[in-house]
Amino acid sequence: MTESVTTTATAGTGTGRPFLELKDLQVHFPTDDGLVKAVNGLSFTLERGKTLGIVGESGSGKSVSSLAIMGLQKGTQAQVSGEIWLDGAELVSMSVPEIRRLRGQQVAMIFQDPLSAMHPFYKIGDQLVEAYLVHNNAPKSVAKKRAIELLDRVGIPSPSKRFDDYPHQFSGGMRQRAMIAMALMCDPQLLIADEPTTALDVTVQAQILDLMMDLQKEFNSAIVIITHDLGVVAQMAQDVVVMYGGRVVESGPVRDIFYRPEMPYTWGLLGSIPRVNRGGDHRLKSIRGTPPSLINLPNGCPFQPRCDYQQYVEGHSCVAEVPELLQIGTGGHRVRCHIESEQRSRLFAEQIKPNL
Amino acid sequence: MTLGVSEAQSPEGGLPADHLADTAEAKQIEGRSLGQIAWARLKKDKIAVASAIVILIIIGVAIFAPLIVKINGFPPDQFNKVDANGDPLLNTRDGGIPIGGLWGSGMSSEHWLGVEPQNGRDVFSRLVYGTRVSLLVALGGTIIAIVLGTVIGMVSGYFRGTVDTLLSRLMDIILSFPYLLFVMALTPVIADRGQDLFGIPDNNTLRMGVLMFVLGFFGWAYLARIVRGQVLSLREREFVEAARSLGAGPAYVIFRQILPNLIPTLLVYTTLLIPSYITAEAALSFLGVGIKEPTASWGRMIDDASDWIESNPLYLFFPGTALFITVLAFNLLGDSVRDALDPRAGRS
Amino acid sequence: MGRYLIRRLLQTVLILWVISAITFFLFWVTPANPALLICGKNCNTETIAQVNATYGFDDPLIVQYGTYMKGLVNPGGRMIGTEGSERKCPWPCFGESYQNGVPVWDSISEAFPATFWLATGAAVLWLFFGVLLGLLAALRKGKWLDKLSVGIALFGVSFPTIVFGYLLLFTFIVKLNWIPFPDTANAALFTVGPAKWLQFYILPWITLALVFAALYTRLTRANMIDTMNEDYIRTARAKGLGEGTVVFKHGLRAALTPIVTIFGLDLGGLLGGAVITEQIFSITGLGKLSIDSVLSNDLPAIMGVVLFAAVFVVVANIIVDILYAFIDPRVRLS
Repeated sequence: MTESVTTTATAGTGTGRPFLELKDLQVHFPTDDGLVKAVNGLSFTLERGKTLGIVGESGSGKSVSSLAIMGLQKGTQAQVSGEIWLDGAELVSMSVPEIRRLRGQQVAMIFQDPLSAMHPFYKIGDQLVEAYLVHNNAPKSVAKKRAIELLDRVGIPSPSKRFDDYPHQFSGGMRQRAMIAMALMCDPQLLIADEPTTALDVTVQAQILDLMMDLQKEFNSAIVIITHDLGVVAQMAQDVVVMYGGRVVESGPVRDIFYRPEMPYTWGLLGSIPRVNRGGDHRLKSIRGTPPSLINLPNGCPFQPRCDYQQYVEGHSCVAEVPELLQIGTGGHRVRCHIESEQRSRLFAEQIKPNL
Repeated sequence: MTLGVSEAQSPEGGLPADHLADTAEAKQIEGRSLGQIAWARLKKDKIAVASAIVILIIIGVAIFAPLIVKINGFPPDQFNKVDANGDPLLNTRDGGIPIGGLWGSGMSSEHWLGVEPQNGRDVFSRLVYGTRVSLLVALGGTIIAIVLGTVIGMVSGYFRGTVDTLLSRLMDIILSFPYLLFVMALTPVIADRGQDLFGIPDNNTLRMGVLMFVLGFFGWAYLARIVRGQVLSLREREFVEAARSLGAGPAYVIFRQILPNLIPTLLVYTTLLIPSYITAEAALSFLGVGIKEPTASWGRMIDDASDWIESNPLYLFFPGTALFITVLAFNLLGDSVRDALDPRAGRS
Repeated sequence: MGRYLIRRLLQTVLILWVISAITFFLFWVTPANPALLICGKNCNTETIAQVNATYGFDDPLIVQYGTYMKGLVNPGGRMIGTEGSERKCPWPCFGESYQNGVPVWDSISEAFPATFWLATGAAVLWLFFGVLLGLLAALRKGKWLDKLSVGIALFGVSFPTIVFGYLLLFTFIVKLNWIPFPDTANAALFTVGPAKWLQFYILPWITLALVFAALYTRLTRANMIDTMNEDYIRTARAKGLGEGTVVFKHGLRAALTPIVTIFGLDLGGLLGGAVITEQIFSITGLGKLSIDSVLSNDLPAIMGVVLFAAVFVVVANIIVDILYAFIDPRVRLS
């Protein structure tokens, strides 16, 4: 296996730290109904040129984590704690003006729905130019040239003409390309893509993912891709973090997650992917139950109320204790589950894999 | 087995679990309906409770006006010239200004809020009876506007096509009328025709009816537009489609499926309309085109009192304050209702 | 654009025509015999017959309506009166007042400047304070400044104009004596100079502006809060833009767009007369003209003011729609 592994990566920058490192990130929101614990202790690392996929259902804390990296919850009611190290700098404790200099410049974000993520009243080109000028002391003509260049690079035909179009005049795929171009305006080292292809149809989806991989090679950027689509992860990422109820439940190299998953939730995710090479009578398996309320998280394993394999655990630990995220093997594969590792492998091989 | 890109995923279809949102354990935490949440929020909201109490008191005053006036013993239309001791109440040489009391108001233990200049009618009694006019006209107008607006908006949105085009044009026309001017011009015209049209002579009972009708008639169009828009989107929703595909008729769909979803909108609009109609009735009576003498109405009292603003400012102060407090109470309650019904409020 | 304008203008003419017809037939069914109003104390069968002939009251309603509309449509106006005492009523002819025989158009054009100053002055006030307060409230959401603004706004919308106007009049004119009692002569800016003019209008402006300022505060606040939760605001922040740019260039621009529409319609409505404020401060504008006409059953004057006011509302509608297309690139005029 050639991919670097989340927890053991040491290539790092001059400071000896990985390029991006999250340590025990917590994001909580106080509301009328109680404290919403959106993210509870998220840790991972990522090097330049690599891609990390964060997978989970809506409300599992994926997007909230990405906003925390950008510092976009500063000044709101959100309570963010833990550490986020980017290229030797710690972001959680950073002041707003400092982190503002990083936004767009060092870290850029590609948002889910480009129609609502781009300002409806300004021309696409001007929005790109703005992203450049805020970090570069350059004449507008330079910014415009770069914008047109990048629009061209992301595959928008006659970019100097489309420069003057408004977002609503673009198709969905074109808007997503423009959004990517906007994120690339300042050559960011880290790209966070929050469901970048969810709003697009499948062919366009594939084009956008190819584009992102090409650009990654070209700019040597690190990419965090947030998605609920395991297909996207399989195509893009080297490492995967599976989140559930604001916690990491399984993480590791993409092969481990797809071929040797050990957490029942991950099994459920894999089981719910439709496959073409299956007979027509094959039914997709869904995970029973609903995602947990982030206000009243279960006392034990967050997945326990929906887990079908509790009988393999002695006693009541599934209900009583949160399992720890433990490393298995040497490849950086980590799992949060009370079932014994060997038992999990057996269950996967006997009960899950044949049905996938 | 391959691990290719999955081929057929709807935008949110990746996780089937998202669709199973109905289990019991989820209900415990998130299963409260909007109505229950709104009610819980309202009960916690001190301003809402306080303004609701004030409104209940005002309604009580309106209902029990005759009883309340019995306590002080001065019917609202009675001209009082002398007090219990036989001393004159009004200074006849000075244009009929009340004698004594704070700022020439004639306030005394008999006449709690003083007496009217010239006529000597008891201000408190007139204020109490004025509550009736205000609330009746406002409620009547609101009911007419809400019923017309809801029915026309639903019909327009549900049936679409020619019906919708015609009704929408009608809304446009009504909305481009100079509203206040028209109400002002129309009220006396209709009231004048009372004998011919309804067999009722031009009296204040008729005028109250006319005011309700005119206010309601010009007030429905805006609501109808909102309702139409909501119905247009509601009728495309799955639960309506499902009902229709099962053979439900338009009446069933409109009243059982769509109407319940409009209730928050209607509630909010009602709380907006009532205070604005209270103000409108006062304004029209003030201008001399609404309620006329001898019936007591706050707007008429303010108009009357404006002539005495230098010599007896309190005569203006009392009806002004009554009007202000009433409108404020309704607005405060309306605001709280709106906030309570707002699904986004208090989250995030 | 050109075709759109033509279509809108035709629509406008249609709406105005409908309004004129409705107004005419509604008001002409009033039983108050207009002839009695015109001849006054000298009424006898003979004079009444004469008046009826002069004003065409004997004709069927539809003919009377035709005659009336001719005065508005025909560039040469129309003739009023019987043979011998005929006189020309130039375009736009809304007829003559029953009260004093003055052509209605003369009364309207005489009254309009006062209403114009009143409405525009108040509009400047309410737009400025409303948007400012609403913006501050939205940016300090949940803080004391927000609560204060929301409180002021609630107070403002709950203060009936008749109460607030008299409160101002009593405080500043009667008690404090800072401002003299309103004198209509001071309504004209160009004859009395700005000082007296300001003194004349300041209280009416505040009176008229209060409710609108309060409504605009709420509207701006609500729009601004919604806008600041939009995805594109998050994008703007993610680009690293400063908070000032985010708020003003990205937020306020979008939040104010709907306010343009409402402002146009409100101002258009008021240019037809601010009845209550004019009545309180004895301003001889269109509102005062209309209420006086209503109280004296002066049908031609009522008709005239209602139609004149309707023109403003309808024209404001068109202007607002066109303006909107310039502000919001998503809107196409078609």
